[in-house]
Amino acid sequence: MRPLAQSETAMTVAAPLAVGLIMVVIWEIACRTLNIPIFLFPKPSDIAAKLVSDWPALLAALGMTLRVALQAFFAAIVIGTLIAFLFVQSRAIEMSFFPYAVLLQVTPIVAIAPLIIILVKNTQVALTVCATVVALFPIISNTTLGLRSVDPGLVNLFRMSRAGRMQTLWRLRIPSALPYFFGGLRISSGLALIGAVVAEFVAGTGGRSAGLAYEILQSGFQLDIPRMFAALFLITLAGVGLFTIMVGLSKLALGAWHESEVGTEA
Amino acid sequence: MAPNNALLADADECARVGAPVVEILSADKVFPNGMRALAAIDLTVTSGEFLTLIGPSGCGKSTLLKLIANLIEPTEGRILWWSGGFDRVGTRGRSIAFVFQDPTLMPWSRVETNVRLPLDLARMPVAQSRRRVAEALSRVGLEGCARFYPRQLSGGMKMRVSIARSLVIEPNLLLMDEPFGALDEFTRNRLDADLVRLWWERKLTTVFVTHSIYEAVFLSTRVVVMGARPGRICKVMSIDEPHPRNEGFRNSPRFAEHCRALSALLTEVSVEHMRS
Repeated sequence: MRPLAQSETAMTVAAPLAVGLIMVVIWEIACRTLNIPIFLFPKPSDIAAKLVSDWPALLAALGMTLRVALQAFFAAIVIGTLIAFLFVQSRAIEMSFFPYAVLLQVTPIVAIAPLIIILVKNTQVALTVCATVVALFPIISNTTLGLRSVDPGLVNLFRMSRAGRMQTLWRLRIPSALPYFFGGLRISSGLALIGAVVAEFVAGTGGRSAGLAYEILQSGFQLDIPRMFAALFLITLAGVGLFTIMVGLSKLALGAWHESEVGTEA
Repeated sequence: MAPNNALLADADECARVGAPVVEILSADKVFPNGMRALAAIDLTVTSGEFLTLIGPSGCGKSTLLKLIANLIEPTEGRILWWSGGFDRVGTRGRSIAFVFQDPTLMPWSRVETNVRLPLDLARMPVAQSRRRVAEALSRVGLEGCARFYPRQLSGGMKMRVSIARSLVIEPNLLLMDEPFGALDEFTRNRLDADLVRLWWERKLTTVFVTHSIYEAVFLSTRVVVMGARPGRICKVMSIDEPHPRNEGFRNSPRFAEHCRALSALLTEVSVEHMRS
């Protein structure tokens, strides 16, 4: 069983890597043979060179964007979880407030970002607020669903054992909600990053505290297309990184028991 | 009900056997949607007996069991536990355990933690509860499985864990709602045999719900036949056979005779129902 499991993990990493590598090689060869000008579509090697030469500036921009995204992500986790706990207290609360959570979700962030940026003086905070708004909903809806998805048999068992409210919460509701909560985290981590980038585009902040979106805008104005691609590459990398961390966390928390993480060996 | 001979043979038990454990006094249950689940139920569960509720689907067997467990309350009538109200069950040091249709284990906890749950909820120190968990697991034949997660066990083993969890509180009354209904016949027969042995060792008053005639005859000292719409008690049949019962009894002509009698009762009930 073990070698097979190992080769399967190797496959999940190696196979997509191989595909990516082949795509990059084709891209490089196509650009070279078709003689595509660098300001229209740069070769991977041009982008890599730019990534190296502009590394300090790009790294600073990445740090900026990641900071906003992570702050927003954590804010969304805290606020979203609190709201979910509030919602499961009573159906009346959920019914009264859930439509507003949906409203928050369906309103495009680009439409409300300018308003938030005007209302909130500090640009940093404004960006974080925008990204939080985007990342919030999956946490609310998933955690609420999770806290409600309790095996009714176990609820009866807890009642027959005269379990208190807190005992039921800690030993039954929260563990039952965890798989849903982690599902929410996966979606939300990506959304926080998207929210941060979109808000930055709208805000167009310059100067010292500029993130990757600003790099993309600036590179566009200056027709520095390789730098644009380099910034784009870093955003993608950050997104994949966040997602991988969430998958790891979820495996750590649920790996021992939940079907989604256990695999098929049992 | 006359306690059977084998039970009487145990001198210590004479004083105890036959005392009322649960008395259901003309209980009705009407659900909020207007469905009348139970009508005028009068039933006394006596100490040390293995009572089985049997009947067609929708006859309210599970509802009656939930009434006995105090998971729901009767619309009309009264229920007494050890001649008192339910609030006094705990204070008098009595306990009731329930085994559900499904194993209802917490998938995130190991077998030992699942079994220990009722003791944890009663805030018993782990040092104290560990011994009882080990004892309960060995009684259902799962000594080696304490560190397993439920997903690693077969359906029959999960049900054993569920039974261990009910035994760990050393209950005075055990309620089982079709616990082996989802298992294959071979596993069910084995668990039935183990259950009879457990019941016999402890003289543990048990109320068992099933729709298997064979299971009812094999396990019970008394079988209550219920009818549907509304759920009511139609017939009561005693199975006066010596305990502990084993596979030999299952293959005996006496067993077949009891099954035939019970089957006839059930047919009678369903015919009555068709006419009405």
